[in-house]
Amino acid sequence: MIDLPDPKPTTLAARERIIAGLRALLPEGGVIAEALRLKPYETDGLSAYRQVPLAVALPETTEQVASVLRFCHENGVRVVPRGAGTSLSGGALPLADAVVIGLMRMNRILAIDYADRLAVVQPGVTNIGITEAVRGAGFFYAPDPSSQLACMIGGNVNMNSGGAHCLKYGVTANNLLGLKIVTIEGEVIEIGGAHLDAAGYDWLGLLTGSEGQLAIVTEVTVRILRSPEGARAMLAAFRSNEIAGACVDAIITSGIIPVALEFMDRPAIHACEAFAHAGYPLDAEAMLIIEVEGSIAEQDDLLARIKEICARFDPISLKISQSAEESAAIWKGRKGAFGAVGRISPDYLCMDGTIPTGRLPDVLRRIGEMSDSYGLKVANIFHAGDGNLHPLIMFDANDPESFHRAEAFGADILKLCVEVGGCLTGEHGVGVEKRDLMTAQFTAVELDQQRRIKTAFDPDWLLNTAKVFPLTAALAPAMPRAA
Amino acid sequence: MQTHFTPEQLRDPETAVANQILRTCVHCGFCTATCPTFVLLGDELDSPRGRIYLIKDMLESGRPASEAVVRHVDRCLSCLACMTTCPSGVHYMHLVDHARAHIEETYRRPWHDRALRALLARVLPHPQLFRAALVAARLARPFRFLLAGKSVLAKRLAAMLAMAPARLPAPSPIERPRAHPAAGPRRQRVALLAGCAQQVLDPEINAATIRLLTRLGVEVVVAKGAGCCGALTHHMGKHDDAMAAARANIAAWSREIEAGGLDAVIINASGCGTTVKDYGFMFRNEPEPWRTRAARISEIALDISEFLTRIGYRPTREPPGLTVAYHAACSLQHGQKITGEPKALLRAAGFTVVEPAEGHLCCGSAGTYNLMQPDIAARLRTRKLANIAATGADLIAAGNIGCLTQLAGDTLPVAHTVALLDWMAGGPEPAAVAKAAPRRDAKAS
Repeated sequence: MIDLPDPKPTTLAARERIIAGLRALLPEGGVIAEALRLKPYETDGLSAYRQVPLAVALPETTEQVASVLRFCHENGVRVVPRGAGTSLSGGALPLADAVVIGLMRMNRILAIDYADRLAVVQPGVTNIGITEAVRGAGFFYAPDPSSQLACMIGGNVNMNSGGAHCLKYGVTANNLLGLKIVTIEGEVIEIGGAHLDAAGYDWLGLLTGSEGQLAIVTEVTVRILRSPEGARAMLAAFRSNEIAGACVDAIITSGIIPVALEFMDRPAIHACEAFAHAGYPLDAEAMLIIEVEGSIAEQDDLLARIKEICARFDPISLKISQSAEESAAIWKGRKGAFGAVGRISPDYLCMDGTIPTGRLPDVLRRIGEMSDSYGLKVANIFHAGDGNLHPLIMFDANDPESFHRAEAFGADILKLCVEVGGCLTGEHGVGVEKRDLMTAQFTAVELDQQRRIKTAFDPDWLLNTAKVFPLTAALAPAMPRAA
Repeated sequence: MQTHFTPEQLRDPETAVANQILRTCVHCGFCTATCPTFVLLGDELDSPRGRIYLIKDMLESGRPASEAVVRHVDRCLSCLACMTTCPSGVHYMHLVDHARAHIEETYRRPWHDRALRALLARVLPHPQLFRAALVAARLARPFRFLLAGKSVLAKRLAAMLAMAPARLPAPSPIERPRAHPAAGPRRQRVALLAGCAQQVLDPEINAATIRLLTRLGVEVVVAKGAGCCGALTHHMGKHDDAMAAARANIAAWSREIEAGGLDAVIINASGCGTTVKDYGFMFRNEPEPWRTRAARISEIALDISEFLTRIGYRPTREPPGLTVAYHAACSLQHGQKITGEPKALLRAAGFTVVEPAEGHLCCGSAGTYNLMQPDIAARLRTRKLANIAATGADLIAAGNIGCLTQLAGDTLPVAHTVALLDWMAGGPEPAAVAKAAPRRDAKAS
C-alpha cells in the first residue's frame, strides 16, 4: 500500500460534528457517512490503492461547493475532489480524514454557442457528453481520452487529459477557454471566457493539470470544433515492436500529421480483438492504428503516402477501413483496451510516460527486457504519434508479491522515460502513483518552487494533499504565510 | 480487482463464480457512464461499479445483507447496459442475481415491502390471478385519492393502480396448450413461450406471433405445463420459485423435443428471453438430466426477431408510410445483444425506422421495477418519451411487454414489433396503427 499522511486526530475526533455540518449545507442525500456506503468511494481507476474517506459530499451547485469548501477550510478538514473516479494515477484516492467532494451530480450542459464555437458545461459532464451534445450540429470536442465515455470534464481539466486524437488537436489545455473555480476559502472566481486569451497571467494554464490541488472546478468553457468531412483508419501490422516503433518515427519525420497514430503490441491486440471484433491482425507482433481525416481526396492522398512509408518496414498486412462501422470497431477496441486487458489478467498497472518519438524503438526494446527480468507480462498500448506510452503491467492483486514487482517495474519504466529525455506523465497526472518519482524528474529547488504555487492557493494544504509531491516535504508548507 | 475470500468461502460454487466475476472487474468505471441510475442520481453507490463493490464487501464479509446494499441493489434496473459497455467482460447479471438471492436469504425487509413482493411473486406469473388483480385495480382506481401520500408504500400502490389498463383485453384461448399447424408444408417446428403477464396485458402479441409463424410454414406448439419463465421471481431473489418455474418449462419443452423435435423455443417478450437463454447457467449445478436439458433449451431459445431473420421474412402489403421509433428493450439489446435484427425486419416490412437518442438507457419498466421504484422509473419514462418524441415518429415499436406497458398512454401509440410484422405480411391491422394513422396523415397534408 502507498504511504498516506497520518490523519489529523482533531478531524477524526470531530467526525460527527463535521458530518452534521456538511448535512446542514447540502440537500437530503448529499452526504454519505456510514462505513458501508463509504467503502465504494475508497478507490478510483487505480484500485490497488484504497482508503475509506471521512465522508463524501455530493453538491449540486457551485454555491454548494463553495459552502462545503468554506466549511472544510474553517474546520481545517482536508478535501479530495472526485469526478467519475476513473483516474489511473489515484488522483481521487481519499484520505482517512478527508471529505471527498464528488462532482457527479453537476452534470448539466449550461450553454452551447455555435457562432463562437464554445460550450459551457458543469464538471460532471462526461467527455463524450460534450461531443454528443453538439454532434447534431456538426461539431465535436477534440480531446478524447480512452475513458471518454465515462471520465468527466472536471477531471480532464485537472489532469490535462489527452487522447488518441491529440496528435492533431492538442490536449485539454489547448481546447479550454474558461473556468469557474472555487478556492479552498470558498471564493468563486471566473477566469478566461468566450475568447481565446485572457488578460494577465495565464491562470488557465496554471490551473489546467493542477490535479485538484489549487481549486475545485465547477464550470468549464471548452472550445468546440467543426467535425471533419470524414475520417478513415488504417491498420498496419508488423513483425516486431521495434519495427513498428521505427515506422511511427518515419511517419512523423515525413511531415505527415495523422489525426491519430496508435500503437498496440501482441498481448494488447489479442485482448482488444476479443472485446471489439474489429479484425485486428492476430498474427502480428505489433500494430499501428493510423487515422487520417478530411475530404475523400485528402484521405486518399494521405493514406497512400502513409502506406508507402509503412511498406518500407516489411509489414505483415496493411488494411484500410472500408466503412464507418469498421472504423468504429477499430476504435472501440483501442478505447476499451485498458478494460479489455482485464480479460487476460486480473489486474494491471497502467503506466503513462512520455518520450521523444525518436526513442520509441529503443524504449520498447528495454521495456521488453524489463518484462523478462521482472517476470511480468506487459501489454503496450499507446499514443505513439506524440510519444505517450501506456504500458500495462499485468499482475495478480491477490498475490501481494506480484503487485510489488509490478510497482517496481512501473517505476523503472517511468525512470527510463525521464532518462531518454521524456516525462513521468503524459495525461494521467502524477496522482499518488508517480508522486515518489517526482524527484527523478525535478530537483529539490524545482519541487520547492512548485510547492510554493500550491501554498499560494491553499496555504494549509487541504486540497488533494498527499498527491503529486513526495510525501515528506509535501505537508510542510514551503512558504511562510503572509502576516 | 483484488478479492478477499477465504478458501472455505470459495468452496461454495456460487461464491466461486462470484469471485471469478469480481476478479474480472478492473474498476475502470466505464460502466458508470451508461448506467441509468448513475446518470440520474450521480452517486457511485447507484452505479454498477459501486454495486459491485457493495456486493463484494457483503459476500467477502459473510455478513447478512445490510440496508445499504439492499437499497442500492434494489435500485438496479438489471437493464445490463453495463455489460454492453464493460470492456473486461464482467458478468454483472450473474453477480447481481447472486446478490439478490443472498439478500432474500439474509435480509428482513419492512413488512409492506415483503407483502408487496410476495403479492407480485404470487400474482404476476399466473395469468388468471393477474387478470383478477387488474380488474380489482381498475375498480380501485376511483379511490386512489386515498393513496395521496409520500410514503414508499403509497407511491408503489399508486404506481400499481396506474399500471392497470383502463380497458382489459378479453381473455384469448390462443395460449391453451396445443399445436398450431403450419400453413402449407411444414418447414420447422417450434415451441412458443406463451408467458404470463403478457398474455393478460396484450394477448394479440402471441396471436400475431402464431399467425405470422404458421403462415411462414412453422408449426407452433404451446406446450402443456409451460408457463412463466421465472424471471419475475428470479429478479426478486426468490431462487426456489424461479427454479421451479424454469424447471416446469424445461420439462414441458423437453417432452416436446422427445415427441416431435423442436427447431427452436421462441420468445416474444425479451425479458423472458434473457432468462430462458440463461437456464443453462441456472441449472449448471443441478443433477442430470436437468443440467443437460436446461443447456439444450438455452441453446435453442431464440427471440422472435432472431428466428424471423433466420427463416426469412417478406411483407405482402404495400409500405404503409409510417415512421416507427424503434425502442430497444434492454433485455434485447443488452441482455441478448440483439440490436440489428428488429430494425432490419421493420425496414424490410416497409416502415421507416428511426432511433431515439440515448437508446441505451432503460425506459424504467424493468420487470416489476416500475412498481417497486416508481420515482426512478417515472423519471426514466419521461426522459425516454422525450427522446422518442424528438424523432417525430408516428408510433413506437418494441419487443418487450414491459416496455410497451411503460411507454403506453402518452401521445404516441405503442405496438409489439411482431404485431407490425404480422400486419404487413397479411395479418390484421394492430390497434396502434389506427391511432398512428392520423399523425401520419397530418404530417403529409
